[in-house]
Amino acid sequence: MTERTRAEAAGTERKGGGMIALIGLVIGVGLGLALHPDVPLWLQPYLPIAIVAALDAMFGGVRARLEGIFDEKVFVVSFLSNTVIAALIVFLGDELGVGSQLSTGVVVVLGIRIFSNAAGIRRKLFGA
Amino acid sequence: MTLDGVRDDDEPREEAERPAGPAAVPPAPLTGVMALLRPRASWGQLIGGLLCVLVGFAVAVQVRSTKRDTTFATARQDELVGILADLGQRSERLRGDIRDLERTKAELQRDAQGGAALEEARKRATTYGILAGTLPAEGPGIRMVVQDPRGGVHAGGLLDALEELRDAGAEVVQVNEVRAGVGTYFLDARDGVQADGRTLRAPYTFLAIGDPHTMTTALNIPGGVVRTLQAAGATVSITPRAKVTVSAIRSP
Repeated sequence: MTERTRAEAAGTERKGGGMIALIGLVIGVGLGLALHPDVPLWLQPYLPIAIVAALDAMFGGVRARLEGIFDEKVFVVSFLSNTVIAALIVFLGDELGVGSQLSTGVVVVLGIRIFSNAAGIRRKLFGA
Repeated sequence: MTLDGVRDDDEPREEAERPAGPAAVPPAPLTGVMALLRPRASWGQLIGGLLCVLVGFAVAVQVRSTKRDTTFATARQDELVGILADLGQRSERLRGDIRDLERTKAELQRDAQGGAALEEARKRATTYGILAGTLPAEGPGIRMVVQDPRGGVHAGGLLDALEELRDAGAEVVQVNEVRAGVGTYFLDARDGVQADGRTLRAPYTFLAIGDPHTMTTALNIPGGVVRTLQAAGATVSITPRAKVTVSAIRSP
């Protein structure tokens, strides 16, 4: 095996693995639909924000994978810390009396990030 | 780990739309997607998959709970407090109504001769008579005199004044010798203004029974009745009175 082919093999191997994530997503939705648990009251204001933060982290992960710079550890840590921080910000806002404004702000920021990640994914996949 | 030390957190890169140079030509879309989906088991992958399970689960649960009750789920604490206070006030008012009606019912049941019923009916007849203008009335209110030396006040101005008084809660209104009722009209005539078929001449004197403060404020608002009348060349004086006697009546 030449140097070149080895590098290529490593490159393709570095990608991949998204299937597990996709399957996980489907399983999660299925579980949620099948079990339909109640959201606990204390979590209700923070769950939507945490979900948006998690979506942002997932898009970021997909983009990083497409760009070949994905690292599981970074993904897991940023996923967890982003969701927790997003929920914390809203919690803090609620305590300060600016909860609705602050959650709007968080959603706006995360929305912008999701869009820029989606743009990166699009560039990688379609070259446009 | 097949990663060759390349590490980056997955924060989005803040650079905008970089030009796609020839070096950045991506693989064909399909092969890119296929490569992305190729399974590759490792602990990191499994944890990532687990997180995805969590996200899917959370999304499904959240969507479900949002669908269930949209009215109050998204409302914040202060909005809910407002709604609650409104409801409390309303139920208090309704409870007061219930008490009144219960008392009336008890009185009606107690007297056999129908004295209470008669009293009730009389009271109601008096109220309706005052509102309809068939009975004289007196109570706290205001007296408004519109001096019109230049003849600039027309029927519209007087109607505006009457409507403003009614809006401000005037229960009984008399204009000069005319008791205002539901069918009162103002008409421009050659020698003044006609109201309900009788000619009114300046100065126009409004006697209104109601809350004096509210009516005075309503008449005096910027751009309101008093300003309009003054712009037409009239002078307006309003005096609140503890007792206004409205003696003119309408024939039933």
